[in-house]
Amino acid sequence: MNHSVKRLRYVLKRLLQALPIVLAIVVVNFFLLHMAEGDAVDVLAGEAGSATPEYMAELRQKFGLDKPLPVQLAIYLKNVLSFDLGYSFRHEMPVSQLVLDRFVPTLLLMVSTILLAVGLGIVLGLIAAVGLNTWRDNLISVFALVTYATPLFWVGLMMIVVFSLNLGWFPTSGMENIAAFHTGWDRVWDIAHHLVLPTITLSLFYLALYTRLMRASMLEQAGMDYVTTARAKGVTERRIVFVHVLRNALLPVVTMAGVQVGALIGGSVIVESVFAWPGLGMLAFEALFARDLNLLLGIFLLSALLVVAVNLVVDIVYSLLDPRIEVS
Amino acid sequence: MTRENLAHFWRLYRRNYSAVAGLAILAAIIALAATAHFFFPDDPFKLAGRPMSPPATGGFLLGSDSLGRDVAAGIAHGAKTSLLIGLVATLVAVGFGALMGGLAGYYGGWIDDLLMRTTEMFQTIPSFVFAILLVAIMKPSIESIVIAIAVVSWPAVARLVRGEFLSLRNREFVQACHTLGMSDLRIMLGEILPNCLSPIIVTGSLMVATAILIESGLSFLGLGDPNIMSWGFLIGAGRTVLRSAWWVCTFPGLAILITVLAINLVGEGFNDALNPRLRERR
Repeated sequence: MNHSVKRLRYVLKRLLQALPIVLAIVVVNFFLLHMAEGDAVDVLAGEAGSATPEYMAELRQKFGLDKPLPVQLAIYLKNVLSFDLGYSFRHEMPVSQLVLDRFVPTLLLMVSTILLAVGLGIVLGLIAAVGLNTWRDNLISVFALVTYATPLFWVGLMMIVVFSLNLGWFPTSGMENIAAFHTGWDRVWDIAHHLVLPTITLSLFYLALYTRLMRASMLEQAGMDYVTTARAKGVTERRIVFVHVLRNALLPVVTMAGVQVGALIGGSVIVESVFAWPGLGMLAFEALFARDLNLLLGIFLLSALLVVAVNLVVDIVYSLLDPRIEVS
Repeated sequence: MTRENLAHFWRLYRRNYSAVAGLAILAAIIALAATAHFFFPDDPFKLAGRPMSPPATGGFLLGSDSLGRDVAAGIAHGAKTSLLIGLVATLVAVGFGALMGGLAGYYGGWIDDLLMRTTEMFQTIPSFVFAILLVAIMKPSIESIVIAIAVVSWPAVARLVRGEFLSLRNREFVQACHTLGMSDLRIMLGEILPNCLSPIIVTGSLMVATAILIESGLSFLGLGDPNIMSWGFLIGAGRTVLRSAWWVCTFPGLAILITVLAINLVGEGFNDALNPRLRERR
């Protein structure tokens, strides 16, 4: 079989495997919505202040809430497929639109976090592995151990105390200085300035993770036969580490970067609510306070789908980077 | 475990100095939690003196918050909450995960497929967001927090136990049990499970640390049990006075950091002592 046909088949197979998971997540979402006390009509009636039982029954009929559960599930599935996630009564907007509006800031935060955590993690892991059991290695290990145990929200608050309140280097909250009406590059610079503290906070945990992973991966590769061969050929140690071992050690780290996206979304809820970063996480925090379950479920669904999508992309990229994957 | 086994385990464990240090710190925190009622007999939510007193003034060792609550008392009482929730949630997660993984690994076939697909789905869902959602839907309380943490933590155990059961189920001693006519249940619980206890203990001890972190995150977001003092709640309440009273947030956060660090060290110590083969790899 032709190489590219094989690759295409692999991509299709992975797409098919992702489908049941997506379906299951949507079904879980539906049942969570049902577990919650009261339905949309109760919320509406509560908002309106008073509603007659007849009017509520009529509303239920209109929304299809009087139908048996399987029918309701089918309606829900249909709605989700057409990206109709219900209505947020607090924001008086469709959930799908709210969620999409807030998606960009979260994406910005996540991408900058992944770049920082993976980039710096690779460098630190490399330094630790090259200087195995030296003070550098020990220092990096202690750093990883401590950041692994630190709650994100606390780091964020301490960052604010030190860098915003005491030193005044960075703003305490928000994504941009709206009152300043910056445009063009000024605005980009302003957003970047606001982005620094949230990004550092969110990346600390993953930095520890990638550092450990990179170190372990480097050490594992260093024991491989091809390293012995290279050494026997007289290749310099420097070249072995930076050309041979480093390249092979990078693969598992790149994969992990994809796997961690789910955890990253959870972390961004915390970091965004600490720094008032106007993304999905902040929206979730607001929804919590307003007891806006529709909105919370919409955010949950979108983040779960995002994880599935990222895993899919990582798998496919991985199969392109490492031809051995296709064989198995 | 017999006494000799325990002594052997301790000999292996104490070779890892940081693990011994972790154990000592953990013991101190447990002591703090156990004596909270003795040293701070009052309700930690109670107004105890002048609000916003800096540390070591007005009779407050670690200062007071915006409502005049004693931060030190909050930390001592919060230690109970954190340790209790961490431990119970982990026990529930390990129990359920071991059941799922055990069944999947022992029976294989469609049971394995079904259970593992379920596990995969739970692993795909962003766990912290899921925990938030569960607590919000069930209303914040100790029980709902325990359930939420257990629901997002069991898949890791299930995968681990499945792997162990899979590799053990065709071993000779298990085949011998079949020949003797033992029931499946007895083989699973009495023969296979004891042989995979070490990795379960190691994973479980590290899960306690994660559970404490999740609990603190939940109560920081305002999803803690409103009647019970916890570290995350203290930090969440201190947020608004960050500018004028840094100590309200700082000390409870340090308490979380130290506790989680100590538990992680103990977990690594267990790993070294229970899996001597793996030690060289680290």
